Parts: sequence; C-alpha cells; structure tokens
Amino acid sequence: MANADCVVIQGSNMAECHPVGFQWVSEAKARGARVIHIDPRFTRTSAIADTHVPVRAGTDVVLLGAIINHVLSNDLYFHDYVVAYTNAATLVNEDFVDTEDLDGVFSGYDPRTGTYDNASWAYEARADTDGEIQEPAGDDEPESRTRARAAGQELGSYGAPLEHARVVRDETLQHPRTVFQILKRHYRRYTPQMVRDVCGIPEEQFYEVARAITDNSGRERTTCFAYALGWTQHSLGAQFIRAAAILQLLMGNMGRPGGGIMALRGHASIQGSTDIPTLFNLLPGYLPMPVAGEHDTLEDYLSQIASPLQKGFWTESPAYTASLLKAWFGDAATPDNDFCFDYLPRLTGAHGTYQTTMAMLDGEVEGYFVVGQNPAVGSAHARMQRLALGHLKWLVVRDLQLIETATFWKDSPEIATGEVRTEDIQTEVFFLPAATHVEKSGTFTQTQRMLQWRHQAVRPPGEAQSELDFFYELGRRMRDKLAGSTDERDRPLLDLTWDYPQDEHGEVDGEAVLREINGSHLTGEKAGELLSSFTQMRADGSTSGGCWIYTGVFAGGVNRSANRVPRHEQDEVAAQWGWAWPMNRRILYNRASADPQGRPWSERKKYVWWDEEAGRWVGKDVPDFPVDRDPSFRPAPDDGGPAALAGDDPFIMQADGKGWLFAPKGMVDGPLPTHYEAQESPVDNPLYAQQRNPSRLIFPRKDNLWSPSGEEPGSDVYPYVFTTYRLTEHHTAGGMSRWLPYLSELQPEMFCEVSPELAQEVGLENGGWATIISARSAIEARVLVTDRVRPLTIAGRTLHQIGLPYHWGIGRDAVVEGDSANDLLGVVLDPNVHIQESKVASCDIRPGRRPRGEELLRLVSEYQSRAGTTAATAHERVDEVPPEMARRRAAAGAPGETGSTSATADTEGTG
Amino acid sequence: MGYLARQLAGRTDPAPDAGWQEAPERKGFFTDTSICIGCKACEVACKEWNAIPLDGLTLSANSYDNTGGLGASTWRHVAFVEQSRERIAEARESGRRLVELGMPGMGAPPAAVGGAPAGGSPAGYGTPPAPADGHGPDLRDMLASSTASRAGTSIAAGTAGASGAASPGTTVDGTPMVGALPDFRWLMASDVCKHCTHAGCLDVCPTGALFRSEHGTVVVQADVCNGCGYCVGACPFGVIERRTDAAVSVREDGHVPDVGIAQKCTLCYDRLTDDQTPACAQTCPTTSIRFGTRQEMVDIARERVTELHEQGFTEARLYGANDDDGVGGTGSVFLLLDEPEVYGLPPDPVVPTAKLAEMFRKAGLAGVGLLGAAALAFVGRRP
Amino acid sequence: MARKDSTFLGWPVLRQLATGDLLGRGASVTSRRTREVTPRTSTSDRVVQSVCPYCAVGCGQKVFVKDEKVVQIEGDPDSPVSRGRLCPKGAASEQLVNSPSRQTHVLYRPPGGTQWQRLDRDTAIDMIAERYLESRRNTWQELDSKGRRVRRTMGIASLGGATLDNEENYLMKKLYTASGAIQIENQARI
Repeated sequence: MANADCVVIQGSNMAECHPVGFQWVSEAKARGARVIHIDPRFTRTSAIADTHVPVRAGTDVVLLGAIINHVLSNDLYFHDYVVAYTNAATLVNEDFVDTEDLDGVFSGYDPRTGTYDNASWAYEARADTDGEIQEPAGDDEPESRTRARAAGQELGSYGAPLEHARVVRDETLQHPRTVFQILKRHYRRYTPQMVRDVCGIPEEQFYEVARAITDNSGRERTTCFAYALGWTQHSLGAQFIRAAAILQLLMGNMGRPGGGIMALRGHASIQGSTDIPTLFNLLPGYLPMPVAGEHDTLEDYLSQIASPLQKGFWTESPAYTASLLKAWFGDAATPDNDFCFDYLPRLTGAHGTYQTTMAMLDGEVEGYFVVGQNPAVGSAHARMQRLALGHLKWLVVRDLQLIETATFWKDSPEIATGEVRTEDIQTEVFFLPAATHVEKSGTFTQTQRMLQWRHQAVRPPGEAQSELDFFYELGRRMRDKLAGSTDERDRPLLDLTWDYPQDEHGEVDGEAVLREINGSHLTGEKAGELLSSFTQMRADGSTSGGCWIYTGVFAGGVNRSANRVPRHEQDEVAAQWGWAWPMNRRILYNRASADPQGRPWSERKKYVWWDEEAGRWVGKDVPDFPVDRDPSFRPAPDDGGPAALAGDDPFIMQADGKGWLFAPKGMVDGPLPTHYEAQESPVDNPLYAQQRNPSRLIFPRKDNLWSPSGEEPGSDVYPYVFTTYRLTEHHTAGGMSRWLPYLSELQPEMFCEVSPELAQEVGLENGGWATIISARSAIEARVLVTDRVRPLTIAGRTLHQIGLPYHWGIGRDAVVEGDSANDLLGVVLDPNVHIQESKVASCDIRPGRRPRGEELLRLVSEYQSRAGTTAATAHERVDEVPPEMARRRAAAGAPGETGSTSATADTEGTG
Repeated sequence: MGYLARQLAGRTDPAPDAGWQEAPERKGFFTDTSICIGCKACEVACKEWNAIPLDGLTLSANSYDNTGGLGASTWRHVAFVEQSRERIAEARESGRRLVELGMPGMGAPPAAVGGAPAGGSPAGYGTPPAPADGHGPDLRDMLASSTASRAGTSIAAGTAGASGAASPGTTVDGTPMVGALPDFRWLMASDVCKHCTHAGCLDVCPTGALFRSEHGTVVVQADVCNGCGYCVGACPFGVIERRTDAAVSVREDGHVPDVGIAQKCTLCYDRLTDDQTPACAQTCPTTSIRFGTRQEMVDIARERVTELHEQGFTEARLYGANDDDGVGGTGSVFLLLDEPEVYGLPPDPVVPTAKLAEMFRKAGLAGVGLLGAAALAFVGRRP
Repeated sequence: MARKDSTFLGWPVLRQLATGDLLGRGASVTSRRTREVTPRTSTSDRVVQSVCPYCAVGCGQKVFVKDEKVVQIEGDPDSPVSRGRLCPKGAASEQLVNSPSRQTHVLYRPPGGTQWQRLDRDTAIDMIAERYLESRRNTWQELDSKGRRVRRTMGIASLGGATLDNEENYLMKKLYTASGAIQIENQARI
C-alpha cells in the first residue's frame, strides 16, 4: 500500500479499525499519494484523508459503476493491460441477457427459487472444438448446487471452474458480445447524475474521485483500494467487491505494486479460519464440502471442482483432495476406497450460522460450541441469537471472560422483558476458560495471507487451556468411548489420525499439527520428508497434506512461519518474516506487473519481470507464475492445467488465466455487479423495477420483520437509515475489550451519532438519551450530535443517517455494558458468501430512554403495526413488472413466471 | 545572567542547572497533531506501563474524548475538536500571520500548482514526517524518497502529457494539497506534561518530591511527595494533580496506589534509564508522537511546520519550541493546527516563579546589611 | 517520605552542595527508589516474540516474562508489518492476559439452574464428550429426505475460529467433520 499513488478507502474505517495498518497509508501519503475516504460518516479515517466523500449506505455499486462507465466512455482504461490480461476481449454466448433488458434481473433467473441458472452467462465456445463442451456431470439441479455452497467464499483463492479455455476473443473489443461491450452497455446508465440522486454525492465530487483514480493509474502509477465489512455486510456485498475488482482491472491495478484491493480483515486469524475453514461449506484449502446427490463419489466430486481442460493450478485438485484425506484418515485412506471420501458428511443446502440459529429455535440442534465468539451480542438479530441459545440441550462456551453468550440464562434482556425465565431455560451450560495468545504457540494468518508463528510465553492459568488441547482431549475421549464400536458410522472417528505429541504439561505440540497441515511424502525414497510445495502432491495416496495452499510452510522441516529476520536486515518485501501462502508470495498474480512481453510496465512500478538471458521470471517477489514460462509461450489447444497457461496469462488461478471483468461463473447473483437497494431502504431503486437483490437469502418469519421501503405504505414509520460499526477502542462484541478497564474507560457507553439537523428535527440533545426503534427491536443510546454525520440529499429529499457502534451488550460481568446495536438488525444474507446485511437498515429515533420490561415489547409491536409490517414485507424475491417484461424475462431462460411467487409460500429462506 | 535568574527563567539547559554532571542530552517529545488519528494507543500504553488507575467510566459527550484532560490518572490525553469551515479559515489566517511575524524557518506558501480539484477539498494534512530513530525509516530518507518518487513521476508524466507534480505542495498526480476550505475537520491531539525548561511544579515543591532528571525531564517521586499540592497551582498548564479516591482501581484487590500524591507523566523515567523509548512514543501507530533529544525534536518540528506551510496548510504552528517563552520552552513540543486554546492549552504560559529571581535580587539588595556577605554569596554569586 | 539513605553523606543538604544542585531540584533530591529504578522490560527473565490477537493486521509483539508471569507486552520493532507499533487494543494486551476478571475455573450451569457451579475440568470434558456422542446418536442422519446418503448430524453446531490458531481450527474441523457435524461457522461470515 505504501507504494500506491492513490488510496481509495471505501467500506472501511481503516484508521480506526486497523490503526497500525494505516501507517502504510500514511507512508503512501508521505510519498505524495492521494487518500480518498468514501463513507457515510466522517470518521478518524476521513480526518486524515485528503478527501472525504459522504455516501448513502449501501449504494457503492452505483458509485463504482459510474466510475467504470466514466472510464469506458472516455477511453481512460489501461488498454494494453485490459486487452492482454482480462477477459474484456472474450465473447459471451448469445443467450446472455443483461439486467438492462430485463429490468433488473439477468437471464437464467428462476423466481420460484430466487436463483440463477448461469448457463447463459458462459463464454462463447470456439467453433473448432467438438461437442464436448458440456457442463460437468450431475448438472440437473444447477441452481440448487450453486446456491447450496456459499460460492464466493468457497472461491476464496481462485476463480470458478470452467469446462475449457477455448474461448473466442476479439482483441479489437468491438464485437457486441465481447465482455468489453457488454460491460459498457451494462453501466451506461450509471452516470454522475445517478450518483448524485442515489448516493447523495455531488457531481463535482464524483469527478474529483474519478479523476484521482484515472490520473493515478496506468504504466507509471497505481491506485489501491481498501475495503472491510463496510462492503461485505450487505445483501449484495460480494458484488461491491466485484465492482471494485472490475475497475481495478480496467485501470491495470491488479498484480502490481501499489495496486490491488486490500481486504482489511477484523480478526487475528480470520483469513486463516477461511483457509483452514471453520466454515460449513469448505474443507481446507478451499476444497468444497461434498454435497448430497452430487458428490456421491470422489470422481463426481473432483469432476465438479475443475475440468482437466481448464487452465491453471486448480486442475490438480485430485492431488490436493487425496492428500487431505490421507492426512485425516491415514492408512485407512486408500486409492481403493477413494481415500475414505465416503467418510465426509454431505451438505444438503446452506448450513450457515443464521440457518443454524433458526434450526435451534426449531429445536433441531442439541449441542453448540461457542469458541472465542459472542453471538449474543455480535451477531445480527442478537435477540434471535439469545432466544435460540435457550432452546439448546447443552452449550459449551470457551472464552477468557464470562461473556454475554455464557450468561444469557441469567441476565439477557429477554429476562428483563419477562419473555423468558431463568428457571425455565433448560440449557446445560459449560463455561471453559481459554488460553490467551501468549499462553499457547501457533500461527495466525493475517490479512495479507501471511502466517506468523507465536511462541508460547507462559502456561495458561488455572484450568484455562488452549483450543488445541481442549479439542484434542475431547477427540481422544470420544474415540475412547467409541473404542470397539462396530457401528459403521463411528469408523471416521476411529480411523482419524489423532495422535499428537504432548509436552510434560499435556499440551499438544502445535508444530506437529502444522507439519501435518504442510504435508509429507508417504512412500518412496523421500517417505517421511515434509513437502516443500503443493506441486509435489499426488493423487495416488503417496503424499499427505492437510491444507494444500499452506504446503511449504514447513519446507525442509523448518517452521517458516517462525521466520523473524528483522526488517532492517531485509528489503521492503520482507520475505523472510513469516510465510505467506501460496509459496511465500507477497503479491498475487504478480506476473501482471510486467507487460505481455515480460518487461516491467514502467521502471517506477517494476516488480517481477522476465529475464531473457536466464530464461526465468525474476524480481522482488516470488513470481506467481511458472518460473520458466516464456512470455511468448502458447499452449496446445488440448492442454489443461498449469501447462495450458500461456506466457501472458497472469491470473493463474482463473480457469482462463485472465482477470474477470465479467464472471461467467462463480457469482450466484449475476455476472456483473448491479445496483439493488438494501433490504430496508428509504427509496425506490431508481435503476430497475427490481428493488432488492433478487437472489439475496431471505427468511420470512414472524421474528424477522422488516420495514417497508421507498414508496411503500408504512415506510415512513422507520424514516431513518442506520449503519453499524466498530470503534478503535473496542473489539467486535466486546469480549476482548469491554472487560478491560483501560479500553472501557475510553469508550464507556453505547452511543448514537446524529447530525445537528436530525437532532433538531426530533429533539435530541447532545449527551442525552435516545431510543432507536427498528422493525425487530428497540435500544437506547447516549446521543452524540455531530457535524461528522451529514444529512444527504437523495433525489431532492433530505435523508438522515444514524451511526451506531455495536460493541456493547447487556450482561453483568463486563466493566461496561449497554444495549446492542445488533438487536436492531434482522437476518438477510448475501447469496454468495452468506454474510448478513448489517451496514444499512431503517429505524426511527426519539428522545429519552427506552421503556423497561414488557413495555419495551409493546413499543416495538406498536411500531410494527403502524408500519403494517408482516412476515411477507420485504420478502418478495422479485417485484412486479409489466406483462411484456415478465414475458421477456421468462423467455430469457428462466423457468416459471415472474411475479407469481410470494414469499409467504416459502417456509425456508434457502433451497 | 545570574545563577538564580537562569535557574528560573529564560534559555538554559535544565539538567546541568540541577546539578547533573555529564548529563545526557536533554530528551523530549514532538507531538505532531497533523497526523494523529486519535486512536488513544498512547493513553493505553501509558496507563499500562505505569499501572495507572481509571479516571472514571462515563461518556463525556464531548466528541470521542472520554478522559477529559490530563490529570493524576491520565498522563497522556487525546483531545478531539470538531470544527466548521469558518473556524478553519480563521486558523489558516492566524497561522499565516504568525509567519509574517517571523516564526523561524517558515517561508510564505507557494502559489498553487495545477488546477484545484473540481469540488470538495482536501481535509487531511499532507505528508506525515518519518518515524523517529528505531521507529521506521529516517525522516530525511523519507523526504528524499518522496522527492525522488515525485521527480520520477514528473519525468514520466511529462512524456505522457499528464500533469506534472514536482512541487512539494502537490500530490503525485499534481493536485494541490490545499484546495478550497473544507466544510469540516476533526482535530486530534495527544497532550502530555510539557517538561518545561522552567517548571513551576518543580520550583515550588518544598519536599524535593519533584526533581529534574538527568534527561532534563521533570519527575515526581511518589515515595517523597507528602501531597501538599503546591505544585498543582504552580503548573501553568494545569497538568499535575493529586490523585483522589475517585480513581478506580484496575487491580483485583481494588487498591488505588498513591491517593493524595501528586502525579503526572514521568516521560517514562524508568525506561529512559535503560535507553528505551517512552511507552506512548513506542506504540504510536502513526508516529504522531516522537521521542528523541529535545534539539532533534525541535528541528523536526520546524522542518514539518515549514513543509506544511509550503503545502499551504498555514494553520500549522509550533507550541513549546520557543525558548524565549514564559517557561523557557518545553521538553514536549507540539505542532498544532489552530490556536492553543482550541486544544485547551494556555496561549502564553508563564512559570509563576519566573520573576522570583528578580524579586529575590531586590529583596537581597535591601537586606544586604541585615543578612551579610555570606547570605549574598550564597544566593547571588555569579558563576 | 522518609529518605532511605541512612549515612551522613546521603544527607540532602550535603548532596546539594556536593552536586552543585543548590536549589535542591535535581540529583541531590533523588530517593533511593528513584536512583535504583529499572524498567521491567530490562529485568524480565525472557522475551518472547508473538503476534497481536485483535485485528488481522498481524502486528508483532514482544512479551516480557518474569517469574512465569507476563509483565509487559509491547510492539516488536523488528516486525516489517508493524514496526514496533500497537493500537490501543494491542497496547492493552497485557491487561487481556492478566485481567482480574479473567476466568480461570470451569463453570457449570445445570438445566434450570440460577447459579454457576464449579466443576472439575476433567469431569467437564468427559461430560461434554458424553453429550456430544449422545446428541450425535439422537440426531444422526444416514440418508436425507430424498434418500441421498448424508451420514451426518444436524444436532451439533459450532461457532468460532477467527480468533484461534490455524492449528486449532484444523483440529476442530477435522474432529467435527469426522464426527459428522457440519454446522461449523466462524466470524468470517458475520
């Protein structure tokens, strides 16, 4: 980031949430870079930025789309980069129909399920290939398959699979079905005027931002984007990021120093917990969890991950999968039994945390482990979370402090309102004290994919222990209890490799686990040796490895995550500090930092280049490319995998080696980012008849009500927009901050931030109390009246936004407590990654504290009835369109008729 | 200047004056508020290192400031000031006048280069200076690399026909760092004990609890202080205070240490004995707080204020860097973006004992006959 | 305020004269405690390199240990990620570790109970293992409603992982998956 010439921070409050990371922005600024902060609120990040652009929460696609439009209509894109490295020149097949023609949906939409069949988004296939361009096997239910996996999350490290790479390209970019022309047409109506009316950004300010980006991109300069949860926590969050990716590809800012899109993640190992996922839909290394009926055999499974004819390293997934299964099931896993592939449980849909919460309410879940998280405060619709906990048979909470999730049974707000009684809660609760980061050794993977080993400093106090020790011990006891079982279902547990060395205190050796993750040779001369690269993995069972992308972290038997060569003793890439996956690369796709012939785009932005004499890629980083592949190399038509990468295919994890402006696969809610309003919005979508993302995941239930939007009757009952966020002084749901006196003192009370105009409108006083009411709940907060929150003019109307930090919760154990902003939120999810929309919703605000006891419930229901909200409100998948449009949509490949579904017909939110 | 006079006012090196032979060079802070992000890491690191109790747990409703000000249990304090366009205009103007009055090291701002941005205007404060030693690259290196990268750009951009950017007042893309006045700004500033050259608290302390350290800093010895409180009234900045029992313990046993005892920043006296950086400067994520010899701090501060003025941020001014002020300059030097009062700092602090030497001299002359030569020799002898 | 110096030569007045600190504001008035002060970062038994547990920037930390107790945590100047700096949360890490309110005992709340009870850790883990296996038995699905093989339990769920080590997440995912539990989630989706 320090090398950027322009840094656009959007959807992130970087200075507050990542203060130390922000030093790199400061350093870029010291080198003369411009810093632009686009955010609904003026924050501590805005205070340091060159420009702050206030924006209406949830409208980022309009702004980014308008910049894309500006870049395309004025020929400001980086032409050579775009033609060579992106799919701009690639033709899309004839069946594709854009949202511009279907008033807000793409071709392939099925309104009954709210899902897309993405067949019509595919690339045009080259005529010289025969009829083998087929979808992989088991394709009779394409929508349920794409929906069931959280597709975008699964594709965390690479693009979606394609059947082949034999695409048709028009490098003049003129053919109307080139991605370039489709893009141009798609964003034509995203204009500065639209930005003004939808986002509330004046035209002059739009041009200032657009110019900053275009002036600071190209051969000589690069622009970097940084985002965080301000982009992800939306019902189309993944598309926000896609929009930025499109812009960055057009400007040639990917794979180059000072470019890219930085995801600023909020937890020490949140990257690691996706790489080695504690996530329902993934196995380690972004291998998907198998799905019932589609992945019945290993062969079915592998054929759907990647076609052998596509380009790149993902074609080696059979080796990664076999190595994982060997690591888990050891000698029991053999080629003859598909390496125990049958032992893996199967998915039948989405089993994310919110679906699970609702399953708890329905009595389907008996036991729940909560490990270093505080859903009673930190998850959306926290009230629903707390009520769900009371339906469990048993709950295990592992934490440092007695967080609200552990004490819900005695001091949750629902006890205060009289909804539940402690004596009636039948949940058995175990609280087990956890070890802190200095009381165990292990790795965190930080936000730039770097693993850093922590050495243990002291032993955990009292009965506290690490997760490593606890889960190892739990597994050992379960296996002991099952020993001798002849029940076939117990085989996976009994065959599990579960024998790790322990020290004299009984603590598990974390390095032994990291070695297993790295993987080893199992047979032959090198048997027992650790793998040095995932390219050594084999599909025949001769290698093991628990997470292929981490292979190399223990190369040569050396724990490379513990590398700590001081920064003064190495160059600025600092490759000898920690270890970044894959293969210690610091910038992904860095082949793109050189031109198609392999020369640096410019001296100033030199990073990785082709050394003609040596016949190798060289530079400041580990080249993210086959190191000896000549830039002029062209693969044979039938090649697949790494061999099929041409010398100018820098995006080696994409199935066609190119950066995707248009996503023919991989996104479940459309190949191009399209603006939809949030689940709750004060305005009607000015771009399309379709108000909300038609593919968002909805949960029509009586305990998940929404405000009407836009012109719908009742929307004025909740006239204000609120957004939730973090403060520097606290950490998420407060488990690691509200119990610490020094942090609590700095932000002791829950507050709301309002503009002076709104304060005057409703009679709020600085320092006084306010009650904020949403369609789900009501909370109270102290009032900060501040110019940092500005009313926006949206389509001629004044719109007020309210800021709510979400760190506080009700319990008696913390140093400070307060109402939780998450109580106000409902549950609606982005369909790609199943993240909830917490950055924008509707509310009312009034002076004074909230009522106590039952009165609180009455207040909430009084609002609900005034607004006339029911379980059907805001749960329409598609909005009414004229019959002619409905016909057109139906003709565009989707089964069923539009407008015929009502949400109440669905009892479940997901397929 | 007389021995006593020098001891109580004007330019001097305070550690040798206090009897330290071969004292190390005087130490100090430079707090550059133009790059402060208000994270309060300094407050926490200070409290954690010095095991300071809590000041209270109430929301002040004064922007993001909930610790209120420096006191017995808050030795670093971050102020938050929200300002409108009018106030920014006044600050810019008042700073410009300071230059005209001949503030050292500052020239007039250059004319804006290139076109101003179409709309809006920069809210931030240009380039932050580099971190202090052991804390990242050296300032001068960074300024040099900044110049080099601009030069590289402007050559390349020249051929590409893009806007050139060679002036220190513009970003890489040639945009002036200062455009039209912003509508709003949010100032953050970390305050701390000034460690005055002439420290009122020290000069009035009757017990020797306050002392001038070999580093030129002013430190309270809790084991000596009897809580008389003379120092509290003698500090022109209102920094030092006695700890009351309203402080809240952070310990398991509920104990609050040193109740009734005067407390303030020690400039991490203990850490300095082993050549370590004070806790606040060590942690500061943006190097807004820097630590070094006082002379180095003043030099960097001057360089920085000049740079900001060249960029057009004429609101920038230094505080505490003038050795001829009422306290003989301070060990903690600040770069402010508005009048000191805006941050709760006195505009013209004067040590209450400044005139003591003169008073003593007159009293001494009057009492010559009564006190005799020995007394005169003791008090008024020239060094 | 008794001075510790007991010898005649330690008398302040003599020190004032001897050092030239005639006004008694410097070297002559230091107490023994002041003269002997040493930072605890210099007297620790060992210093361990670690990483901040809060956000994902991954700032380096130096952990100072004395008598098997953490006495100080501060930024690691060697780290190219953070260059020795920490934010307020990172700077409060020592308090996180030594927090007086930190729980170090296993607690148990029986169904319908109104108070916590103490429970021996060994017993607690054993009870959890029993409940895990029992819930797994109660809710085992060999086939789903469409007759497809799923071999899993929907009766056991887990939340958490983003604050944990990779090795811990790995063991959790491995154990959960082998036992047939699939509702495994963490903060990455919240």
